Amino acid sequence: MSTRNGSRGLTLGIGIALGVGALITAFPFIWMIATAFKPQRESVTYPPTIVPQEPTLQWFQTLFTELDFGRYLLNTVIVVLIGFVGLLLMAMAGYAFAKFDFRGRKWMFFLVLATMMIPIQVTMIPTYLILNGMKLTNTLVGIALPTLVSGFSIFLFRQFMTTIPTEMLEAARLDGAGEFRTFWQIVLPMSKPILAVQVVLTFISGWNSFLWPLIIASDQKLYTLSVGLALLNQQLAVNPSLQMAAASVMVVPILIVFIVFQRYVIQGFALSGLK
Amino acid sequence: MRNKLTPYLFVSPAMLLLVTFGIFPILVAAVISTTNMNISAFANWGNVKFIGIDNYTKLFADPDFWQSIGNTGLFALFGVPAIVVLSLGVALLLNHSQNGFFRALRAFYFIPAITAIVAISLVWGYLYNTQFGLLNYLLSLGGLPPVQWLSDPTLAKFSVALVAVWRGTGLNIIIFLAALQGVPKEYLEAASLDGAGEWKKTFSIVIPLMRFAIFFVSVTTTISWLQFFDEPFVLTDGGPLGATTSASIFLYKEGFRLNQFGYASAGSIVLFAIIAIITLIQLRLRRADDEY
Repeated sequence: MSTRNGSRGLTLGIGIALGVGALITAFPFIWMIATAFKPQRESVTYPPTIVPQEPTLQWFQTLFTELDFGRYLLNTVIVVLIGFVGLLLMAMAGYAFAKFDFRGRKWMFFLVLATMMIPIQVTMIPTYLILNGMKLTNTLVGIALPTLVSGFSIFLFRQFMTTIPTEMLEAARLDGAGEFRTFWQIVLPMSKPILAVQVVLTFISGWNSFLWPLIIASDQKLYTLSVGLALLNQQLAVNPSLQMAAASVMVVPILIVFIVFQRYVIQGFALSGLK
Repeated sequence: MRNKLTPYLFVSPAMLLLVTFGIFPILVAAVISTTNMNISAFANWGNVKFIGIDNYTKLFADPDFWQSIGNTGLFALFGVPAIVVLSLGVALLLNHSQNGFFRALRAFYFIPAITAIVAISLVWGYLYNTQFGLLNYLLSLGGLPPVQWLSDPTLAKFSVALVAVWRGTGLNIIIFLAALQGVPKEYLEAASLDGAGEWKKTFSIVIPLMRFAIFFVSVTTTISWLQFFDEPFVLTDGGPLGATTSASIFLYKEGFRLNQFGYASAGSIVLFAIIAIITLIQLRLRRADDEY
């Protein structure tokens, strides 16, 4: 009896400690959202106020009317959508590595793993020159292309797809289904758990991508949200409210996507054999 | 009748992109690093000249380069243990109970990892602000004088690293939680029957079983500190006086601000070599550990 009380007390103690830690971790975001609704005067007052005294929506209006955040938002969505094309290509590659025996498979898979170790700083300048040579600088495709496929994702797909029973694929082929139909109608539906993770990760990385939009987009019409936000950083040290409103526009959609899908993400990492 | 070409059709689009933007650039970087290439190359490729190892000798004599390498080492030295210990600790605590409250708390710890660095930098820049920032206000409540979070050279290192640690724990907590799902319940129940307490179970059963996850996180965290870029780039731009200039920031500035493509490529090859060597050493240590 006493040990049970002891363990309940322990759970309570840990719960409180974690609750405090969670609040501290999330505090910058609470602060961000609160400030987004404050008039400018209030966001630079000292001492600071936590809850907005005169809440206002004016900064969100400013972003989409006076500034070009509507266009940045659209560009960001396009970059994310291009990322999903890459996701399909990586699923195809993962499938081939998992379920086919072909000449060159070993060293190709080695190349896939090797790219995981290469830092972006090494590839930054050459990639810029390559894109420049392909006349893709200053295009949305050029922004999305360098990060379209990643070794890590191909690896995760392969790990998962090796568990698909080969008999099912053979059965589909006997029924006369072509290779691409087999992939589309059998392999992809059976890979839902890993697809869910990858969709979330692709969405997050496309939405947040900063370095390539910064390097590739010189025309303001092609800026993504993150580049637009970085510009605000330079011009407006004086108006935290507007900055925080812009940051909220960027952060809140990601939070929603992640909170809805978070259990798939943990599950996906568990499935990929990281234990 | 199966076509031999099928696997190649599936593999080639992704492989083509991976080779173009993952493998090929290294060769290009290696070649560029032996030239004097800069912005004038875009006007006329004839301006590019082979200069052998001049970039490398210049690099090793450049005090700014050494400062950036020193900073990077310092960041990694403190940052890696901080992130690994913190995320392991939080993951173990989060895993203590499976009730709704504990599950709901998880999301809070993940948020920093999934938000855009630019948004993060604005928020932290505001918190760190010397005139109306919240952190200095909190200090003043404790009767302490205001602090120059981002403009004092020593403190700026700490402030920038703090944001990186705050942001770096989330993904690793996810990895550790996933690994914790793989710890067999029977082991823990057997240990409880033998009278082992929570503390003992954690240190004698759970942590040893998570060796691979801890190793994996240590390696990836080390690599990410060696490539440390985002936080100093957006918070301090490498300043004050280069105090937060990491190797990556140095390369970015040489390459894209000063357009010294050849010089920056030489630096990137050196950084790549350092990362590869450190990773190989870690892999070797792991192998030795397994034999034991």
